[in-house]
Amino acid sequence: MSGKPKLHYFNGRGRMESIRWLLAAAGVEFEECFLETKDDLTKLQKDGSLLFQQVPMVEIDGMKMVQSRAISNYIATKYNLYGKDLKERALIDMYVEAVIDLNELLMTHTFQPADKKEQHFATIVDKATNRYFPVYEKVLKDHGQDFLVGNRLSRADVQLLETLLMAEECKPDILVKFPLLQSFKARISNIPTIKKFLQPGSQRKPPLQEKDVPKLMKIFH
Amino acid sequence: MSGKPRLTYCNGRGRMEPVRWLLAAAGVEFEEIFLETREQYEKLIKDGVLMFQQVPLVEIDGMKMVQTRAILSYIAGKYNLYGKDLKERALIDMYVEGITDLMQMILMFPFSPPEAKEKNLDSIKERATNRYFPVFEKVLKQHGQDFLVGNKFSWADVQLIEAILAVEEKIPAVLSGFPQLQVI
Repeated sequence: MSGKPKLHYFNGRGRMESIRWLLAAAGVEFEECFLETKDDLTKLQKDGSLLFQQVPMVEIDGMKMVQSRAISNYIATKYNLYGKDLKERALIDMYVEAVIDLNELLMTHTFQPADKKEQHFATIVDKATNRYFPVYEKVLKDHGQDFLVGNRLSRADVQLLETLLMAEECKPDILVKFPLLQSFKARISNIPTIKKFLQPGSQRKPPLQEKDVPKLMKIFH
Repeated sequence: MSGKPRLTYCNGRGRMEPVRWLLAAAGVEFEEIFLETREQYEKLIKDGVLMFQQVPLVEIDGMKMVQTRAILSYIAGKYNLYGKDLKERALIDMYVEGITDLMQMILMFPFSPPEAKEKNLDSIKERATNRYFPVFEKVLKQHGQDFLVGNKFSWADVQLIEAILAVEEKIPAVLSGFPQLQVI
């Protein structure tokens, strides 16, 4: 039995990916248990392992944690990625929550019906380039530091990087008007733990393909 | 100029209601600005007051805070409603997030098209009575304490009571299988 956190989810990004990023950034090794069929999910539910009968679920420090934000909050605090005081945490929370909003848009793109896809794509690009990215560009410009909050790596940096990369997968030149975000991306990607996570063969998951959607629906619906 | 937190939102529950509950539970007086017209909202955006061009906005301790969860976490942390250590916080977070999922269904309910309303109400009832309330009933039964976490009043208790009352408004008999929750 190892002391490593154990992640229960399907073999894809979804709501578990941000947690994988945080653990990786913190240099924490983790194991994964993939749900492949509905039976796998049902078994976990019947075991009483899932507080609200849902995944993600992470076994960590003797707890079976559910709810992705609760899990991320715990990991971020434990590994000192959550600022030094209440006010830094408030800033980090504001930045992270907005990133999560943008992530939701990006994640749901693959599930859009064909006739809505183009409009959804336009919404993603509009929100990313007009609502969210300008804020982070300005934050970096105003304080001139390498990290978003407190001149130190925090979960806000990790989660922003995750989202920037996902946005680029959606539209490769999406950062063209944001020079500071581009250099932020390069800089944070170079942090050794994160650099390792970005290598092929890591536990980072690829984007969901349309062909995988039916299998996913079978597990969860 | 007062030192009280100032809330900006429309004059209704929406995403601000949990913030009002939490401040009230902490005994903190607050002021409210209600958005009545689109012009007011657009002015706020133009003034650069809304970080992501959205409300809720809460002006507190020199910050213009946005994003409901960020606001709630700050208030809970400041007024000692967030447990005594990391593990208690983890429990509180799990409970709050679960309840928030249920509250989201209630929040969206008025916006359902008429033909979907009955089905959505059934979903709320189903989730409340099969997924969420049983968890909290069990938690209270197992430790026999008055509060969900750490034998002390916390954000989780506030969120739960808000949710119970909100669901009861829609489904009056919803607590009939949950003696522990009735006592709350």
